[in-house]
Amino acid sequence: MSVATARAGRSLWDDARRRLFKNRAAVASLWLLTLLVLTSLIGPLLCPFPFDLLNKDDVLVAPLVHGHVLGTDAIGRDLLARIFIGLRVSLAVGVVATLVSLVIGVAYGATAGYLGGWIDDLMMRIVDILYSLPFIFFVILLMVTFGKSLFLLFVAIGAVEWLTMARIVRGQTLSLKEKEFIEAARAAGLSAPAIVLRHIAPNLMGPVVVYVTLTIPGVILAESFLSFLGLGVQEPLTSLGTLVSEGARDMELAPWTLIFPALVMALTLLGFNFIGDGLRDALDPKDR
Amino acid sequence: MLRFVIRRLLVIIPTLFLVITLSFFMMRAAPGTPFQTGRKLPAAIEQNVMRRFGMDRPLGVQYLNYLVGVVHGDFGPSLKYRDKTVAQIIAEGFPKSLILGLTSLGLATIIGVGLGVVAALWQNRSPDYIVIFIAVLGVCVPTFVTAPLLVLVLGSKLGLLPLAGWGQPQNLVMPIMVLTLPQIAIISRLTRAGMIETLRSNFVRTARAKGLSAGRIVVRHTLPAALLPLVSYLGPACAGLITGSLVVEQIFNIPGLGRYFVVSALQRDYTVVMGVVILYSALVMLMNLVADVLYAALDPRVVLT
Repeated sequence: MSVATARAGRSLWDDARRRLFKNRAAVASLWLLTLLVLTSLIGPLLCPFPFDLLNKDDVLVAPLVHGHVLGTDAIGRDLLARIFIGLRVSLAVGVVATLVSLVIGVAYGATAGYLGGWIDDLMMRIVDILYSLPFIFFVILLMVTFGKSLFLLFVAIGAVEWLTMARIVRGQTLSLKEKEFIEAARAAGLSAPAIVLRHIAPNLMGPVVVYVTLTIPGVILAESFLSFLGLGVQEPLTSLGTLVSEGARDMELAPWTLIFPALVMALTLLGFNFIGDGLRDALDPKDR
Repeated sequence: MLRFVIRRLLVIIPTLFLVITLSFFMMRAAPGTPFQTGRKLPAAIEQNVMRRFGMDRPLGVQYLNYLVGVVHGDFGPSLKYRDKTVAQIIAEGFPKSLILGLTSLGLATIIGVGLGVVAALWQNRSPDYIVIFIAVLGVCVPTFVTAPLLVLVLGSKLGLLPLAGWGQPQNLVMPIMVLTLPQIAIISRLTRAGMIETLRSNFVRTARAKGLSAGRIVVRHTLPAALLPLVSYLGPACAGLITGSLVVEQIFNIPGLGRYFVVSALQRDYTVVMGVVILYSALVMLMNLVADVLYAALDPRVVLT
């Protein structure tokens, strides 16, 4: 062991990583999520059937018949290929919409918290008001109004999810800005945007990371929910929610069209929830 | 306290105004009209219909008229369901959603709190793991998965319950099961966390030192403090549930408020959509207020200002 490593202290993140890797559920879900992401990326390349190919002679065939590992849907499309694409779309929606909410929420919350005073009051009052709006209703209105595009779906869900993030970030910023290193930065003549960007934002990471991992499954659920009502991703593209809703329609004749997508969906949500819980325990160990 | 309530009630008014304005113009920006979604109407007839509902006037005038109506408690006629006003549609749909929502939330609270207490008392032992498993299941299996699965098993395969519909008590069983499971998950988690924290606090230790029975410690000393987070959760959850679950009402074909909302939004039935949105927002805000007041009543440390 060299002197340098012996001297290097353990940072908050080292501690957190150690605690996270001790948590068996979190490690297992980390593997599960890695597997799911890889599947969504590589799976379609390995599958012999394109996800939008209509196999006219193989409508609703059972799993393992005619080379369709998980069977086919009501218009003869290979279910495995569709689950791959659906998983990919659902994960993409989850990540992109969460990023949108992350950017808006952190910028908004950090600004309000750092500036304080009446600006803070005003900004947070706006958040309070937005909180009491029936958001799922507004997302539905948005989709009805501006057409059902994937891009709009990202924006709509992301714009809904930033509120809690803004509150968390503001609270953290309020306590951070009283710390000495911020005072030092101010004394050194740094501008307010530079302080927020370079000194406050990086220190917000802990709670933000936890909230992000818990937002992703929420967004995936929201998208599936919209897809179930026929307002989400449009044909021939698909998402886990759309697949479940199609499966629910055909389940009498072909239960596999419901069961497999539902299983993948549950596993995805399970993975994100466990990793979120694990991160929270790792970064904030007081509740264990 | 009274000042707090009055101030919060006063904030509701501008917020509702904002809700009305936003949804009014968003709805109107949507392509299509309530009278031109399916087959094409002759232009003359369409104009007549538009005039009948005052929709030939400029949008700003329509907006002002609508606002005046709402202030007088008049939400206008439905544009799609002939001879029905929005108030009548809400009066028909709301009780159904209310029954479903209140029953599920009540059941979920009883079961969830029970499970949460059990889990906290046997922390990190098998009862705890069973409760955690149920909680995870409730979070990871969304209603639009449990509902079709239940219909498939209990309805189609076993034939125990009707697949869908409304009117008989049997119709209620599956929707309530579906709505209750995710709530049990959240409530048992909240209760468990609250219990574990409170069981460690000094006043519980004092109660133990006084030699009180275990049951009394849990019921009289721990639970009231442990359930505080639950109060702030139940307020908004209640508003959400009683205005109808869009998915559950869709799957079980229940003519509740949520179903009216989706159908009306797709058919551009402006007035019905607006009515449901206003009702929902008002309920959310009221329930939040009730939750805050209850919270203060239960926790003497909280002072409402």
